Amino acid sequence: MLAILYETAAVADAEIRKLMRDPTEVFSRAVQPVLWLAVFGQVFSKVRGIPTGSLRYLDYMAPGILAQSILFSAIFYGIAIIWERDLGIVHKLLVTPAHRSALVLGKATAAGLRGLVQAIVVYLVAIALDVHIRWAPLPMLTVAAAVFLGSCVFATFSLVIACIVKTRERFMGIGQVLTMPLFFASNAIYPLELMPPWLKTAATFNPLTYLVDALRGAMIVEGQSVYPYATSFGVLLLAFAVLLALASRLYPGLAR
Amino acid sequence: MTCAPEMAIGAQNLTKQFGRFTALDRLTLDVGRGQIFGLLGPNGAGKSTAIKILTTLLDATDGSARVAGFDVATQPVEVRRRIGYVPQLLSADGALTARENLNLSARLYGLRGTERSDRIADALAFAGLEDVAGKLVRTYSGGMIRRLEIAQATLHGPEVLFLDEPTIGLDPSARRTVWERLQQLQQTKGMTILLTTHDMEEADFLCGELAILHRGRLAALGKPDALKAQVGPEATLDDVFFHFSGTVIERGGSYRAIRETRGAINRLG
Repeated sequence: MLAILYETAAVADAEIRKLMRDPTEVFSRAVQPVLWLAVFGQVFSKVRGIPTGSLRYLDYMAPGILAQSILFSAIFYGIAIIWERDLGIVHKLLVTPAHRSALVLGKATAAGLRGLVQAIVVYLVAIALDVHIRWAPLPMLTVAAAVFLGSCVFATFSLVIACIVKTRERFMGIGQVLTMPLFFASNAIYPLELMPPWLKTAATFNPLTYLVDALRGAMIVEGQSVYPYATSFGVLLLAFAVLLALASRLYPGLAR
Repeated sequence: MTCAPEMAIGAQNLTKQFGRFTALDRLTLDVGRGQIFGLLGPNGAGKSTAIKILTTLLDATDGSARVAGFDVATQPVEVRRRIGYVPQLLSADGALTARENLNLSARLYGLRGTERSDRIADALAFAGLEDVAGKLVRTYSGGMIRRLEIAQATLHGPEVLFLDEPTIGLDPSARRTVWERLQQLQQTKGMTILLTTHDMEEADFLCGELAILHRGRLAALGKPDALKAQVGPEATLDDVFFHFSGTVIERGGSYRAIRETRGAINRLG
């Protein structure tokens, strides 16, 4: 068990060094949240088209946009292992005695930390737009935990897809196809109660819904979660465990 | 399993099928400890398939193999602890420095503390990269990257080292340096080395014993001089290769193979 953690830390360390050398991505990924909050959010706040109770719509959607920016960047995380496969880096890692699960977990951990950096960027945008943010330590820790775990879930999902499709072209196609349905079949920009029954059912099976819900309770003043934190974190942890097991099984197939 | 304990590698009837295509057909061979053994053959002959099975990256359809005393199918982790592997493709991470690349490998092999830092220092000296250890690998020349990859694959002191086309795309002097490093590993550490190559000069220079594969089967096995003598009095290894595989050596192969080699060469600069 200790060995797994040690190996995970080794992989995560190398991944984070690479991410830190190329910070442009974190900032280019900030463009979308800015647009959503500054344009979509401002306009819909005025229209009052979506009933969000006493909460301003801009405040309501801010956690949804944070979750979206995490989803959109994590879902393309797998492209890196396709690149590593086209070179021989995957082969080199797989001939070491390291646990296969540690190789995957290390990458997921790095993705989780990247998610935290991204959250800081979204917070800066939110502050600039005067979103009412909760600054108390416990809610902020909850946000950090949800962001980290959510990034791990979607990055591992991305690794699973990469292990299955194995080429960059197919991967980009599938990544594009998946992001929008995951986003719209969630409570990111409108509440679950407004959805038609079929969409509501889809949303309850979507991990993004639980990420958004946890963030909505913790991130903003007077924000309300629909589910208890235990449910949201439980669902995210379960999804992560299943995806991690799947990715650990599929990852060695990249060297074949 | 009958495999003499002094053997570093023992394969018996090793077979690999991809659908209906037989990539490797009942390969049986033994490699004694401390040897440099060459696996030759035209593209698609099964060299890479054989190496992937022996390094536990791929499961055989049939047959069995033992490497460094352990079965590759049932004891893969024990095998992995005792082998090193340098793939044909680029395996050093260009976005990391040499030291970071070595550090990652060392940690994945479970090396810790001063043992780890000592091994990394030795590896940098072995690769002749001490002065540039803190520079990103993507700024290195092809020869420097190959030396780093060999140092990275031997960091943990493996009993058996596998290399797939170790000098492909290198200029003659870089190629010569790689040969010297491999001989050094054999002579000073008693390491067993199995390499695949297209380069008959390399096979002649390095290998104590050769196997020629053709369409997944073992076409010839023996010491280079004995193989030459079998073919004719003036025969070179090129003649031997042609005689047993019916193919003139030609770079090429599948679209994917070409893309990968060229990609690797581009990246190697």
